[in-house]
Amino acid sequence: MSEVGTMTATAMNAGTRTDHDVAGERLFNDLIAQDSRIEPRDWMPADYRRSLTRQISQHAHSEIIGMQPEANWITRAPSLKRKAVLMAKVQDEAGHGLYLYSAAETLGTSRDRMTEDLIAGKARYSSIFNYPVLTWADIGAIGWLVDGAAICNQVPLCRASYGPYGRAMVRICKEESFHQRQGFEILLELANGTPAQRAMAQDAVNRWYAPSLMMFGPPDEDSPNSQKSMEWNIKRFSNDELRSRFVGMMVEQIKVLGLELPDKDVRYDEETGRWHHGPLDWNEFKEVLAGRGPCNAQRMERRREAHEEGAWVREAAAAYAQKQALKHGKAA
Amino acid sequence: MTGGSTTGDDGATAPSAGPQETRAAWPLWEVFVRSSRGLSHVHAGSLHAPDAEMAVRNARDLYTRRNEGVSLWVVPASSIITSDPDAKDRFFESPQGKDYRHATYYTKSEGVKHL
Repeated sequence: MSEVGTMTATAMNAGTRTDHDVAGERLFNDLIAQDSRIEPRDWMPADYRRSLTRQISQHAHSEIIGMQPEANWITRAPSLKRKAVLMAKVQDEAGHGLYLYSAAETLGTSRDRMTEDLIAGKARYSSIFNYPVLTWADIGAIGWLVDGAAICNQVPLCRASYGPYGRAMVRICKEESFHQRQGFEILLELANGTPAQRAMAQDAVNRWYAPSLMMFGPPDEDSPNSQKSMEWNIKRFSNDELRSRFVGMMVEQIKVLGLELPDKDVRYDEETGRWHHGPLDWNEFKEVLAGRGPCNAQRMERRREAHEEGAWVREAAAAYAQKQALKHGKAA
Repeated sequence: MTGGSTTGDDGATAPSAGPQETRAAWPLWEVFVRSSRGLSHVHAGSLHAPDAEMAVRNARDLYTRRNEGVSLWVVPASSIITSDPDAKDRFFESPQGKDYRHATYYTKSEGVKHL
């Protein structure tokens, strides 16, 4: 018998290869082959643990950084209702970050450590949040395109082989559809508004289309981690496969909006059964990832500020808890 | 997603398993939600909080924003004792070969009413 709290000790100390590892590896391979789930206390290869920690923590950071571009628009939302909706959405993003940090923690890296890595600029987050949000229509385009791409990517992750990740994704996906629909509604309203509003909606779609396609990651041939990730049943579909699926959905939905996708090369290929899109600027993608996107510095700076300026809240909560414990200790 | 993405496809390195935090970390709490009266509490996830009261409040904010439940339990993760993962098979093997513990094992009574 042992405590949950010590669950990672055995896994972390396993430096040498023992009978324990051999038996563990056999069980792990069997579970993956049966498409079953791996749980935190199971033996797992060091690469699997590392790869998942990277993926889940990056995902968590993306949710947390993703609060910024939207939170900037709360005070400027065009109505009280839109304000309330946007606040709920930003609150959801925080929640998603927390679910994911919890899932990543079960792999043995503490949340404080992950936060430190983000603040120190050592950890990555989605490149999409480094683009500026220029108008209210951008909030619509983000909900429709960015959250839409996220859902497309995340639904298969509900079946990821690592139990805590899959369970976190189920919860997240349920909430994401609200995000996408509110974005769609904003765009629809603007598209049916004045000519200026309509132009604003089209402009937002034009700017967010390509970056949202790039959210699926580099083309399959340039995607170093994909292969392994699919063998381990973490990913179920390749980047290009998901991207093509997403384009197909957008083609239908843009018709309802009465707007246009800024891509004359979109077509359905009967032979491959895939949707094709125009070329994407992968150099831009790499630049943004490398920290040289339009808003990278600003987002990181804001995240650091929030962490430092929020220190008093953490300290106050800890002090209050201590005081309560003392009070109850005396009373008992 | 992107680099930075949920697929982790950008060649980024995993967070380092570096030195321990200087600040004492808040304890981890496991959260259980009862979705309606008459059902059992089901594990919903976990969170960090400085004490039990805050853990319940945070659990309310984080896990019941959409009417998910009517009751919450929070349990310090360190208080949960689990079976040994390495003894999984041995520990749970006793029901094997004991099919007679299931009603479906008894076929001769098939067709007999109210049994």
